[in-house]
Amino acid sequence: MAYSDKVIDHYEHPRNVGRMDDKADNVGTGMVGAPACGDVMRLQIQVSEEGVIEDAKFKTYGCGSAIASSSLLTEWVKGKTIDEAEQIKNTAIAEELALPPVKIHCSVLAEDAIKAAVRDIREKRGESANAGEAKESAAG
Amino acid sequence: MTMKLPIYLDYSATCPVDPRVAAKMAEQLTMEGNFGNPASRSHLFGWKAEEAVENARRQVAELINADPREIVWTSGATESDNLAIKGAAHFYQGRGKHIITSKIEHKAVLDTCRQLEREGFEVTYLNPREDGIVYPEQVEEALREDTILVSLMHVNNEIGVINDVAAIGELCRARKVIFHVDAAQSAGKLPIDLQEMKVDLMSFSAHKIYGPKGIGALYVRRKPRVRLEAQIHGGGHERGMRSGTLPTHQIVGMGEAFRIAKEEMAQEGERLLALRNRFWNQIKDMEEVHINGSAEQRVPGNLNVSFAFVEGESLIMSLRNLAISSGSACTSASLEPSYVLRALGVNDELAHSSLRFSFGRFTSEQDVDTAATEVRKAVEKLRELSPLWDMYKDGVDLNKIEWAAH
Repeated sequence: MAYSDKVIDHYEHPRNVGRMDDKADNVGTGMVGAPACGDVMRLQIQVSEEGVIEDAKFKTYGCGSAIASSSLLTEWVKGKTIDEAEQIKNTAIAEELALPPVKIHCSVLAEDAIKAAVRDIREKRGESANAGEAKESAAG
Repeated sequence: MTMKLPIYLDYSATCPVDPRVAAKMAEQLTMEGNFGNPASRSHLFGWKAEEAVENARRQVAELINADPREIVWTSGATESDNLAIKGAAHFYQGRGKHIITSKIEHKAVLDTCRQLEREGFEVTYLNPREDGIVYPEQVEEALREDTILVSLMHVNNEIGVINDVAAIGELCRARKVIFHVDAAQSAGKLPIDLQEMKVDLMSFSAHKIYGPKGIGALYVRRKPRVRLEAQIHGGGHERGMRSGTLPTHQIVGMGEAFRIAKEEMAQEGERLLALRNRFWNQIKDMEEVHINGSAEQRVPGNLNVSFAFVEGESLIMSLRNLAISSGSACTSASLEPSYVLRALGVNDELAHSSLRFSFGRFTSEQDVDTAATEVRKAVEKLRELSPLWDMYKDGVDLNKIEWAAH
């Protein structure tokens, strides 16, 4: 399979690899995917009192496109508010990385991961999730 | 010495043609060479081509201790499997319509069996044990009054594990059930003696043992005689079992490849086993590295390994200097882990993390050492990136987590 240069770049030099304390009050964790499906993403965001994402870390088990999608996402969310981060669409990730159709699910997973991380931090802050939205498990 | 990259470690997929084979093939093509149609009876060109074809037929028969008259040329093992299974099923369907095979056969066998199911045959798919072997007692239990055919592979293409086809042949013969064996991965690697083994039909391929692609053979036993219904009709070549002008250059190539295999098999087997052990000894001390399938009952050139907590496709991406194959079919866009590993009971996650290394005639010690170094490096890098590795290190049991399948 031919990967785009951007996928290869993120894969070879992944940004923001790491792990934060998921118990910390200012850290939101989103863990999505399943080992049986071949990809699991853990995305963590450190959020300021004002709701701005100060730092982001990820670790991903998955193909090159999954690793690249989560790496790119950590770059994108830094400096955004959690409201803005929640709005990131998988299609934007897929477009930026020029993912082929069989790899679109990797970008979907990345979108799920940021949504899950934001949900987690909202819960910790005692904010209710977006009106009407059902609470889901951290496993997405 | 500079190394040629990538290093080819996918001999189970196909082999380069041995230069000795290529030289013989080249002699069968041009005006100055032996280009005639082996079926031309009226001139020297035809006679010479026929002689070359019959010489090759003898070379193939000699590797497996068969009579040359028992060898039918085909386009490869896929066609041989089709001819054997459909041909026997169609010929013997008056006796019954039950067929036994296994879940880890090559697609050429599985898909042919699916077709026969659509035609009204009933197929039992045996599950191999954890070691990847289909045991004779499993076959015995599955045999029925109306069983007409058993089709099992000698050596599995993904995990290299060897079935005891001699013992299974005894069972089948005692009940007058036709026994077909796909030997694409075993010919030239393991001794095969068809005077001793009670196998009725056996499929062969040239390109798995340093011959050209596009040529294979089916062994069809004469005593006791096995009958087949032809699948390709035409000029009645190959005693009516497979029509079509014989490709002399391909056939001569296959014959030469089989001749070399007979001569060098024992020595080459020892060398490959040493290479495989050398490779394994350099990676086996890593944590959570598992061999898939029996470690002992396996052809020397194959090693199928799971590296837990890293995903196969990204591993292959890191190993661009190695030509290897993934146990996960992700690369073919299906996102399904290997059906072979699944049938062994390997969990999906480990199946996704598996690689097949297959060593061959042109693999050097240096190749193997470089490969081992690269594999270690890649696995360590990807584990650093893997949340599953973190969880494993934290003592979390991944099987106890409720993952949301997607």
